[in-house]
Amino acid sequence: MSGTMNLKLRVWRQPSAGQPGAFRDYEAKDVSPDESFLEMFDRLNERLIEQGEEPIAFEHDCREGICGACSMVIDGIPHGPERATTTCQLFMRHFRDGQTVVVEPWRAAAFPVLKDLVCDRGSFDRILQAGGFVSVATGNAPDANSVPIGKEAADAAMDAAQCIGCGACVAACKNASAMLFVAAKVSHLALLPQGQPERARRALGMVKAMDREGFGACTNYGECEAACPKSISVSYIARLNREYLRAQVTPTV
Amino acid sequence: MKLDARVPAGPMAEKWTRHRTEMKLVSPANKRKFKVIVVGSGLAGGSAAASLSELGYQVHCFTFHDTPRRAHSVAAQGGINAAKNYPNDGDSVHRLFYDTVKGGDFRSREANVHRLSEVSAAIIDQCVAQGVPFSREYGGLLANRSFGGAQVSRTFYCRGQTGQQLLLGCYAGLNKQIAAGGVKMHTRRELLDVVIQDGVARGIIVRDLVTGAVERHAAHAVVLATGGYSNVFYLSTNAMGCNATAIWRAHKRGAGFANPCYTQIHPTCIPQSGDHQSKLTLMSESLRNDGRVWVPKQKGDKRPPAQIPEGERDYYLERKYPSFGNLAPRDISSRAAKEACDDGRGVGPGGRGVYLDFAAAIQRLGRPAIVERYGNLFDMYERITGENAYQVPMRIYPAPHYTMGGLWVDYDLMSNVPGLFVIGEANFSDHGANRLGASALMQGLADGYFVLPYTIGAYLAGSKLGEVKGDEQPFTDAQKEVEARAAKLLGVGGKRPAAAFHRELGRLMWERCGMARNDAGLKQTIEEVRGLRERFWQDVKVPGGANGLNPALEEAGRVADFIELAELMCRDALQREESCGGHFREEYQTPDGEAKRDDERFCHASVWEWKGEGEPQALHQEPLSFEVVALSTRSYK
Amino acid sequence: MTPDQSPERPCLLAAARGFVGSSVGAKALMALSGLGLIGFLVVHMGGNLQMHLGPEPMNAYAKALKGQPLVLWPARLGLLGMFLLHVGLAFHLNAKNAKARPIAYASDRAVASTWASRHMLLTGALVLAFLGYHLAHFTLGLTHADHFALVDAQGRHDVYAMVVHGFRSPVVAGSYVLAMFVLALHLSHGFGSLWRSLGTSSPALVDALRKAGIAVALAITLGFATVPIGVVAGTIGREVPRLDAGGPPVTELGAAPGGREAGPVRVAGGVR
Repeated sequence: MSGTMNLKLRVWRQPSAGQPGAFRDYEAKDVSPDESFLEMFDRLNERLIEQGEEPIAFEHDCREGICGACSMVIDGIPHGPERATTTCQLFMRHFRDGQTVVVEPWRAAAFPVLKDLVCDRGSFDRILQAGGFVSVATGNAPDANSVPIGKEAADAAMDAAQCIGCGACVAACKNASAMLFVAAKVSHLALLPQGQPERARRALGMVKAMDREGFGACTNYGECEAACPKSISVSYIARLNREYLRAQVTPTV
Repeated sequence: MKLDARVPAGPMAEKWTRHRTEMKLVSPANKRKFKVIVVGSGLAGGSAAASLSELGYQVHCFTFHDTPRRAHSVAAQGGINAAKNYPNDGDSVHRLFYDTVKGGDFRSREANVHRLSEVSAAIIDQCVAQGVPFSREYGGLLANRSFGGAQVSRTFYCRGQTGQQLLLGCYAGLNKQIAAGGVKMHTRRELLDVVIQDGVARGIIVRDLVTGAVERHAAHAVVLATGGYSNVFYLSTNAMGCNATAIWRAHKRGAGFANPCYTQIHPTCIPQSGDHQSKLTLMSESLRNDGRVWVPKQKGDKRPPAQIPEGERDYYLERKYPSFGNLAPRDISSRAAKEACDDGRGVGPGGRGVYLDFAAAIQRLGRPAIVERYGNLFDMYERITGENAYQVPMRIYPAPHYTMGGLWVDYDLMSNVPGLFVIGEANFSDHGANRLGASALMQGLADGYFVLPYTIGAYLAGSKLGEVKGDEQPFTDAQKEVEARAAKLLGVGGKRPAAAFHRELGRLMWERCGMARNDAGLKQTIEEVRGLRERFWQDVKVPGGANGLNPALEEAGRVADFIELAELMCRDALQREESCGGHFREEYQTPDGEAKRDDERFCHASVWEWKGEGEPQALHQEPLSFEVVALSTRSYK
Repeated sequence: MTPDQSPERPCLLAAARGFVGSSVGAKALMALSGLGLIGFLVVHMGGNLQMHLGPEPMNAYAKALKGQPLVLWPARLGLLGMFLLHVGLAFHLNAKNAKARPIAYASDRAVASTWASRHMLLTGALVLAFLGYHLAHFTLGLTHADHFALVDAQGRHDVYAMVVHGFRSPVVAGSYVLAMFVLALHLSHGFGSLWRSLGTSSPALVDALRKAGIAVALAITLGFATVPIGVVAGTIGREVPRLDAGGPPVTELGAAPGGREAGPVRVAGGVR
């Protein structure tokens, strides 16, 4: 592996929700190309602690690209320049010595910043509480193989279901729209027989909740798909639109 | 400490059914009068919270995450076992039970394991009904695969993201109940103490991680589903936030800690690349189906792998375990890799790695077949290491992955503290000294969906619990202690970040309480961990305050608890003078280097009782008896 | 169950309000009205292309159109309705979208989106401004009353000559061509993506429609642009004499007696 490098970081610091924030400049020294972007932050934070300063708060957990906690906009791109990658899986070998890197939190009215780079994504949970489930209580289930599901449908459902709920789609969208997230959730269940009984009310309820949370509308830019760590296709947004329009004409009984 | 496992009488296969039909019930009208606290929202906690709420209990669920969906269950890749026997290959409840007892090296409680096998099939039904998109065959029925060397195909999976999909299914059920008002979800809350009143668990003290407010929550029962403690090793496959604080606090309030030394080291992880590293990444065990593990025969051989001729390679798993070869169980494969590296034959930076080579498989099956089977894993490997595993062999090394030890629970999953239930990885119950692949997800969901909802009802129906509001003395005391501890951490005013102590602790534990342990090393480590603990409380630096989001304060509190737990792990490993499953004592091995169990002296669970600050914990035993599966020696030769 | 789980539809009005108020419903209406407006553009372009055939077909077509008030007026009202809906929703959605991101990124980079998709409001507003001018020019006759007043030998409103005279100014012709370019940008994203707003999700179809969007935008734009370009290049309107600075507007073509006497004639129906 090649030698280490030094980078300039321009990081958004904000003491708490509602208080004003500003960018501050830091030096990241002796960064190894095998280090992840978050590990670079870990080391910077340890240095800050040693100096008696408050470390930069950022959200992270699994560090293997599946929990969806990490959320940094790096040089204007959610999760940074690599496609299909979360911030925790972004490695420093993709950066150059001497580069200045701007790091900001997700920006959306529905994702208010709590501190530094940490924002509140509770709006996603509230959208799911408005219908992102199959109403089946524990113990009621028929045998798992009693309803065959074609491999194609199961695969398409899985493609949508692998959404990690990170919110990069919202962060990337010029309108801060949550359509890709909602679309993935609605499509996952709409594609499966288990999701059919509540199909219409799910689409209506979740779109309503999405609007209530203050997300923008879809302009079919496609930035969401490009930012999605799981490369979830925008075609699911079209499917959500269809589900919603279909729900308008579906009788409830 | 009284340890009564309360295993129901009767033949093994009838115990659970009989117990369920005989246990006391709470009438539907009374259920809503009971408040249950569930701490943790992963597979075990999430499924328990949703299921209890469906029954009518008032449920309050807590997670330190911003949303239940981020619990580390999400990261499980491989799959979930169930005795469905869909492939018609001879699986049954009994066979899954047998495999799990044997795989656990005869250190688990038979009755619990049998119940786990019994309910396993219903878990799959439940998940499918929730819309979990399991992988399927073209005919539309569920796909199964063999996993971790099992002789039957009983593993259900969702590509390589089974944990994620199961968690999302259970999170959806939780959302349904939150929307219905049955579950009150408390996110970004960290449990910092369990409140015991009149000898019974009646509540918890949590810190609101955003505002810093310390809150009291009272209930009729408390369920801990807070996961394992692999992060005691600093570097593990666990998420950064995984911690032992909840179970450690419960332990310090009287809950017995069982078999803390049983830790599972997973053989196929990406090796450490430098001191900057914060965690280790697991590569699915399925890679061993086609990859061949080797190291150079010659010590210190620094040639690139392609330049090492076939005759100078040591395919050590194939050599030592001809019948299982590269598919030898996790504990055995991990130890073999360590031996090779200890022998100076490790590869890659630092010499802590072995090759997992796909050249032969690519030649035999063609590259497209390998892409089809493992493409996503090869991509992940390249993203992390920058190396193309189609051209050069992967480098792998074992890493801490799962902890079989945990809080002691009886058959009803209740700890020795009445009203304190422990489920999922946080308890000790089902995996003995070694867990089989694809069984963690099974246990988490079995506990949450199909065991706890019954047993907690029996407890509530059978207890006379007065009302507790949260302003009683034990709550006040506990809150004061929690606040004092935060103030103490903030007030040390040292120079080193908590992470530096954590890293130091991890190195000690990994070296001497990891894949191989010995008497002298453990004794030395106990001393060094004590020293580390002293230095921590003299030199840790926690900037910021207690009011508001302060990740440094959270981390410091967790590291302080890990240091205490580490000492107990070493003491447990020291007293267990045998080798079993994930616990390998170098003094106790067969002439050819295999684990040597001592059923005469150690056929029991070791349960530790907290005796107060500065006092050593007292050791108790729960004897294990094997009525159905005869004690035998595991052999994979 | 929460209210969200049992969406009721008490009355049609409330349902309609809910539909328009939702971002998905509003986008569907944007798509439908956009599609309608594209349909109008195609018809309009078809009419315009008759300029290449000479004055007779053009003026006859114009007269025929005017002769069907029962078709023309509902069509005009429908067009107006679609137009107002499209523009109104555009501003509504834009305000909502702006509110959804109150703090902009310091460093903002587009990765996948096209310039056209990100500037629909701008191109839409430019097209709107152009439309105002266009209506004043050719429909209301406000900018060049003299051109508007022309009648042909048969006493019909001389649309052909009006257009030719209008486009003989390179500035006017150039602005029309430029406006058509802006329209092309608007349509390239609009036509390509409206199908997704209406629920077309098949990736192959979506991709085909996206390409079709570019083709449709180019076709419509080029179709319209051929007229001013044709006039400037001289392939259209050779028959129409230049208007001298001082002279009266004369229609020489088929200079039948009586034609002049009719003078500027406002065709029944008034405003065009």
